[in-house]
Amino acid sequence: MLASLAGDAAAYRTLLETLERELGSFFRRRLAGDAAEAPDLVQETLIAIHTRRGTYDTSQPFAGWAYAIARHKLVDHFRRRGRAASVPLDEGVALFAADDIRGADARHDLENALARLPPATQSLIRDIKLRELSHAEAARLRGMSETAAKVAAHRGMKKLATLLRPQKGSRP
Amino acid sequence: MSDLARQLSDGLAPVSPSFVSRRLLVGLGAGALVSIAFVLAVLGVRPDLVPAMGTGMFWAKLAYPFALALIAGLAAERLGRPAASARGRLVWLAVPFLAVAALGAVQFLAAAPHLRQTLVMGESARVCPFLVLASSLAPFAGLVWAMRGLAPTRLGETGAVIGLAAGGAGAFAYAWHCTESGGAFLALWYTAGILAAAALGALLGPYLLRWK
Repeated sequence: MLASLAGDAAAYRTLLETLERELGSFFRRRLAGDAAEAPDLVQETLIAIHTRRGTYDTSQPFAGWAYAIARHKLVDHFRRRGRAASVPLDEGVALFAADDIRGADARHDLENALARLPPATQSLIRDIKLRELSHAEAARLRGMSETAAKVAAHRGMKKLATLLRPQKGSRP
Repeated sequence: MSDLARQLSDGLAPVSPSFVSRRLLVGLGAGALVSIAFVLAVLGVRPDLVPAMGTGMFWAKLAYPFALALIAGLAAERLGRPAASARGRLVWLAVPFLAVAALGAVQFLAAAPHLRQTLVMGESARVCPFLVLASSLAPFAGLVWAMRGLAPTRLGETGAVIGLAAGGAGAFAYAWHCTESGGAFLALWYTAGILAAAALGALLGPYLLRWK
């Protein structure tokens, strides 16, 4: 998205195509009964993402921004259909959270956040969470105790969660 | 794979990182100019402008609404983005509000009791809030235009914040006409007019700020 904002059309096109697929499943899952509406909503969301791309704050996760626009479109759709009341808020939030960690841009956000951790913690988290090694295996590779590995990984994940959460007032 | 992705990415223009603040500044600035023109042409600049410029109250009447408009404008810069929170910026509003409230209270308490009525009501308390509100309509229209090109998702809160910024700009323009010099007058009647603009924005926001 950063390249897109700078005017890189090829990067932008790839991004939009990825988003198109992900938004398709995002809307189909939430529309349940009238999934036939999903393509229209995907199209509306892509156009809104395009015309309002200047509102993306580059210090924040991209997926959070894109899905906030998608959610706005969804709420708007329900409002037009007069069934806003039938979508419990909690469910919406939970489903939304699950989507946040999917997709290429989310992975990009994750990589960015990982890069800001100390190198030792980074590789530990990669081994445990991404390569799915056990704590004991990861600990043995490093010659540390299993407990120490668990604590370090836990701290790293907490730090990672802070980095990925949208930050209030992070821009001056 | 997709026509839409191709169409949208064709001839892609770069976007400035300051897109949001520029757009808000254009809307607010254009509205404020219209508002100043309205005050000068319809109400007229205060006849004692030059001597008044030597008094602290003249500048306080400009600085107070300017500070409110600035802080509300910075908050709007966040609210123009989807799902962003402006709370960290809005708390700064307490500074000008409290400073002017303190100024008004101190002046009021220091004054002889028989002068207090004049200090609070001046000569224009009955029209001041309405004229401030009227002066804020143009900046409000400018900010609504700006916001509709952004992506606010909390429409009531966003409406209130741009109403507040517009109220500040309107009061700033009105201060060139107003001859009052009481701190309590400023704290009460300017604030009333500015808050009325914010309330109007909160009411209209959900209707005016919807975007496709």
